[in-house]
Amino acid sequence: MRSIRAAATGAVMLSLALAATACGGGSSTGGGSNDSPKELTYWASNQGASIEVDKKVLQPELDKFEKQTGIKVKLEVVPWSDLLNRILTATTSGQGPDVLNIGNTWSASLQATGGLLPWDDAQFEKIGGKDRFVDSALGSTGAEGQPPAAVPLYSMAYALYYNKQMFADAGIDAPPATWDDFVAAGKKLSKDGKWGTAMEGSNPSENVHHAYVFAKQHGAGFFTADGTPDFTSDGAVAAVKQYVDLMAKDKITAPGNAEYAQNQSVSDFAKGRTGMLLWQSASANLTSQGMSEDAYGIAPVPVQSGTPGTGRQVNSMVAGINLAVFKNTDNLDGATEFVKFMTSDAEQKILNTAYSSIPPVKAAQADAAFNTPANAVLKDTLAKSAVALPQVPDESQFETAVGTAVKELFADAAAGRPVTIDSVKAALTKAQQQMPTK
Amino acid sequence: MTATAPAAEATVRKSSPGTARGPRRRTGRLRRVGLPYLLLLPALLLELLVHLVPMVIGIVMSFKELTQFYIRDWSTAPWAGLDNYTVSVDFDAPVGKALLHSFLVTVAFTVLSVGLCWLIGTAAAVFMQDTFRGRGLLRALFLVPYALPVYAAVITWVFMFQHDNGLVNHVLHDQLGLTDKPSFWLIGDNSFVALLTVSVWKGWPFAFLIVMAGLQNIPRELYEAAALDGAGMVQQLRRITLPSLRPVNQVLVLVLFLWTFNDFNTPYVLFGKSAPEAADLISVHIYQASFVTWNFGTGSAMSVLLLLFLLVVTGVHLALTSRGRRTAQ
Repeated sequence: MRSIRAAATGAVMLSLALAATACGGGSSTGGGSNDSPKELTYWASNQGASIEVDKKVLQPELDKFEKQTGIKVKLEVVPWSDLLNRILTATTSGQGPDVLNIGNTWSASLQATGGLLPWDDAQFEKIGGKDRFVDSALGSTGAEGQPPAAVPLYSMAYALYYNKQMFADAGIDAPPATWDDFVAAGKKLSKDGKWGTAMEGSNPSENVHHAYVFAKQHGAGFFTADGTPDFTSDGAVAAVKQYVDLMAKDKITAPGNAEYAQNQSVSDFAKGRTGMLLWQSASANLTSQGMSEDAYGIAPVPVQSGTPGTGRQVNSMVAGINLAVFKNTDNLDGATEFVKFMTSDAEQKILNTAYSSIPPVKAAQADAAFNTPANAVLKDTLAKSAVALPQVPDESQFETAVGTAVKELFADAAAGRPVTIDSVKAALTKAQQQMPTK
Repeated sequence: MTATAPAAEATVRKSSPGTARGPRRRTGRLRRVGLPYLLLLPALLLELLVHLVPMVIGIVMSFKELTQFYIRDWSTAPWAGLDNYTVSVDFDAPVGKALLHSFLVTVAFTVLSVGLCWLIGTAAAVFMQDTFRGRGLLRALFLVPYALPVYAAVITWVFMFQHDNGLVNHVLHDQLGLTDKPSFWLIGDNSFVALLTVSVWKGWPFAFLIVMAGLQNIPRELYEAAALDGAGMVQQLRRITLPSLRPVNQVLVLVLFLWTFNDFNTPYVLFGKSAPEAADLISVHIYQASFVTWNFGTGSAMSVLLLLFLLVVTGVHLALTSRGRRTAQ
């Protein structure tokens, strides 16, 4: 009997304890603290060819940081498919990392949740001031008129990668500079089971990046000046149609690409199945897939006519990764110290070289390592002809809604159904209806 | 219990010698009666924690305007009254229309999937009733899809359904020449067929297992008597097997229905975050309404509606089947 009662008491205690710990987490909504000054948790995004590659790149740097400051950084590399959800969950529960990478296009959306530490001038001073960073990168750190939600870490831009041998075989002398040339080159390349270009038809983010730049080239955007969604303007419809037509009308992309969402287009290019690829900072990825650096050339992404510049002449989004501090951190000083370390000139050189991206820090960008022909194209694009995605709270919903609409249009194109002005407009109307109305 | 009860009282007496007789006896009885409840308490608390608390929170959320501006501190989210619900059931407006479409797709999918699972499972179980060489091996083989981890199984199907290098197109198009050109299975209208295939493949072994167990309980003599009376295979099936399986089938169909209707893993692994319209199952649709548009209030309202629907279906099913059982008695 005694033992039964002891067991019963034990069970009750255990369940109470379980209940208490489960509820005890709760969401603390105050600012950060410095309760655990010797430890940091860092969520890194997947920048290398795999999560293992990322760990190999980052761990030595984190060890260096521990040696300098005595702060141990626990690293977790989060795949892209999970990152946004993980951040949302962390924001909701108040239980998250101290420092984290975010896609720079999400800055304004995440800023609106209030989960990230604002980088006002005083906070920026602690890592050497805002002036250390290039303007284009700072333009993608949150809504205008508010302190940035994050600090630029890696900058990337789209470029046109082309297979030199396939170009020579098809008798194409120079990389195309306009979309007409691009389609013409694509048609010459598309034969014998090979194709002009590859794309990630089922990846909403990729779709949106291209759709947005095309829209800018048509003099449109997807939001009005005050941040209201405007997906169905003539320019936006023409832009999406022009992009989907690369498969539907011009037929320079294999229909199977409508299914791609796991970077298959990069491996298709690396294996010589397609002659061209529009991608951001692809060099490291191509090398890891066994394509040697002299096998491909790199040129600016085409424009409608003329040369890349601002306004209608843009040819890339400002792609990149920002580093943010979670507002609920219990090691605020340590987190700031870590951001300072990661954005220091020396670390910027090491990390951006490993990921074939461009440092958003001016001093590091000037380094000789970033003056190779490939990097020169990316640097030039970022400086002169890249446009930031809309910095509005609804940005992440826009990426999903329009990205999915384009995915469905690719599905139509792949199945041989016609893609018309009307069908594009209908798809975009549906996307706009999904946007929050409040 | 009877053996331990006096001992309990003895312990009580020993430990509290000074108290009056009446209250002592009462506490003793209280303890005796209370012990089972005490032992149930941990399970009850965990049940509350795991099931009821999230459900209640979900219901509360459905009355709030819980968008990205408030998720960091829910308590600041303004009350939305019935707004989330009116938006969800306004079938003329885009959100409600999409939800209705998704609901109808799910109903069609569930009916087909449960029907096929039951049919294949029952057929296999009936054919496996007689002993023959290799029966054990076949039975084990049939259970494999059910035993595999969902993710591993479905991701294999994703590879098989791929347009360019998938096994399905290789067989249907390259080898058998049934289609003019390779079909898309994971995007467009065919995605419904793909989803149904995977769901049935994954679900029928469970039906097989349950029906097989049910068949063990049918006395052999019934079949022997029927055979003597000249009943053939089909007649035996219609007159003996199916009526005897009735109670088993009632539970089986209900469980399959609930699992299939709520299935999230299969469509999510097959199609990712944005399912094609033809295969837009309600669980993924609700997930998208909450996580992709960051509007957790509307998502919760849709979940509550789904909960109500399933409650009604389950209630009606139980009422009908229990009445059937009563009249049978």
